Amino acid sequence: MTAVKAVLQEVRGPAALGGGRRRFFDLLWMLAVTEFKRTYFGTVLGYVWSLVRPLILFGTLLFVFTKVFKVGHNLSAYPVLLLLGIVLYNFFQESTTASVTSVINQEGVVRKTQFPRLVIPLATTLTGAFNLGLNLVIVFIFIFAWGVDPNWTWLLFPFALLLLFGITTAISMALSVLYVRFRDVAIIWTVSAQVLFYATPVLYPLGPNGYENETVWHLLMINPLAVIFQQIRVWMIEPSAPTAVETAGGWLGLLPALLIYVATCVFGLWIFNREAPRIAEEL
Amino acid sequence: MEKAFHIPTQRVDSLKERFAHPFASRDYRVLHALQGVSFEIRQGEFFGIVGRNGSGKSTLLKLLASIYRADAGTIRIAGRLAPFIELGVGFNLDLTARENVVLNGVMMGLTPAETRGRLDAVVEFAELEEFVDLKLKNYSSGMLVRLAFATMLEADADILLIDEVLAVGDAAFQQKCTDAFHEMKARGKTIVLVTHSMSTVEEYCDRAMLIDSGKVQHIGDPVETGVQYLRLNFERGAEISGMETPTSSGDVRMIQAQLESEAGDGLTTIEQGEDIQLRIELEILEDVAGLDVGFVLANADGFGFFQWAVPVEGVGESDLVRAGSYLTVRSKLENLLIPGRHFIHCGVARNHTPGDTALYVHNAIDFVVFGAEKPLGIVSLPHETSATLRRREPA
Repeated sequence: MTAVKAVLQEVRGPAALGGGRRRFFDLLWMLAVTEFKRTYFGTVLGYVWSLVRPLILFGTLLFVFTKVFKVGHNLSAYPVLLLLGIVLYNFFQESTTASVTSVINQEGVVRKTQFPRLVIPLATTLTGAFNLGLNLVIVFIFIFAWGVDPNWTWLLFPFALLLLFGITTAISMALSVLYVRFRDVAIIWTVSAQVLFYATPVLYPLGPNGYENETVWHLLMINPLAVIFQQIRVWMIEPSAPTAVETAGGWLGLLPALLIYVATCVFGLWIFNREAPRIAEEL
Repeated sequence: MEKAFHIPTQRVDSLKERFAHPFASRDYRVLHALQGVSFEIRQGEFFGIVGRNGSGKSTLLKLLASIYRADAGTIRIAGRLAPFIELGVGFNLDLTARENVVLNGVMMGLTPAETRGRLDAVVEFAELEEFVDLKLKNYSSGMLVRLAFATMLEADADILLIDEVLAVGDAAFQQKCTDAFHEMKARGKTIVLVTHSMSTVEEYCDRAMLIDSGKVQHIGDPVETGVQYLRLNFERGAEISGMETPTSSGDVRMIQAQLESEAGDGLTTIEQGEDIQLRIELEILEDVAGLDVGFVLANADGFGFFQWAVPVEGVGESDLVRAGSYLTVRSKLENLLIPGRHFIHCGVARNHTPGDTALYVHNAIDFVVFGAEKPLGIVSLPHETSATLRRREPA
């Protein structure tokens, strides 16, 4: 029998990160995949639901806003724009909402095993990203069917998505640990996500053929999500639409959004890192 | 090679009780779950941790398993560690056994491929082959424990932290667990076992530690630790239910009645087999003739099974004892009692007549005999017994 010479290492208790990179990503991937499978487990349509849900919302909104309110009737690309906006916002809303209860849902695991706590909120974002990936396939089919020409700016789309992932993850991290302490977070966030939806140009396009009040444009551009969505519209569907910079009234106008974005990310990281060691005790 | 573990930890665990609203003032109390705990466990050792409920055992285990963070002090561990805490290894009840076992393996630091390879072994040990794709919320508690224990064993960790596994499961599973313990031990694994069962500690552990109120009371020989643990348990038990009965009549007053150690200190507990010594102090209030002081030994059911008495030699033919004198009665008994609670009733009779009672104190002394085994019966009589086997009927 060979004696294994083990090395004494100090253990510092649970943390947001730690335990090796490979294990971190293995765990993250597995959690996200299991959760993704579980969402549609036992349903007849399975993954089709992930496509059907935004499409139904899209159909309803398209009818209401083009036929009843006549918001986008001057804008030929409005339906594609609406669909892309809904799919993207859907990702943001679903991921963040799922993250609120994510730590509580894993209570049994958190109370009994040591693992990098960060994988929990990250996995909810990743699960959301799987859904987004499926939905984007439909969106691209629509985009081509609508006759939107591919543009070199499409290459910038991943960059915009990355920004969206960033803020989604940061908010998810904060929500997941705050909910452990304050159950009010669930209610606050449901309302906030709804308000944010209307504070993001999804239903109403900003520009010459849409909503034209520039003061409102400037105000909306304080919302980092609005900036991301406006720019995605320019890059993906309507190169002629006002860019985020133009909508904000110059580069300086983007500063508040940038500050909010950075502050959100820093806050998310900070609060999660601070709370991670104590999650198991607070549950 | 010898030393693989070194764990001095100190922890002040604050349990905060929040009231009503998050924005309201925070009122909390601090619970010192563990204080100044420091110990070492060597590689390949089978280490037992015993203590009463709420003594800090589970907190300690969670600290070792990196589920809680110590407030002060350091914990150093060599090798990979697999915990089995509160009868589980951390399962998500909404997932199937297969998913849970794989997820748990990855958490324990195996690759997904490795854990999938071990799945069969886990399921076989747990005897749950048919239920591998069933969600855990549909499992019985026994099935869950089996799966959890099997998962922990197959994680192939160097150190196993096990909390109370032997308290559950049917006899067959318990046998499997004990077999697994022996195998792990033979393979040089380090095992830390938390338990209430003294026989488990004495049977398996190389060393054991007793924790009480968050402090280490004893570390060392498992038998000695077990005895200390029992003593601790019964001391508490006896303190709680001390009984007050009238100890005075017009003629005689009982000042004191207690068991004593060799050194003359009062005792409420006594170890099985250790001689019982008792002392009674009486004050004589009126002149009494022909005093007898008698005792009845009774068990917890109130069944008096032994009686003995001593006459007091007084003055003159009638053995007169004058008012204002003090009387001390000492008695020493061979302790044949079985573990459990016992009482001694004390009676004082006049005129050397058992029915002529001057004072009777029910449950004058209340004590606990402690020991590892509790056999059937009232007393444990010394005996020499042998069994002889022959091939033929004796002539």
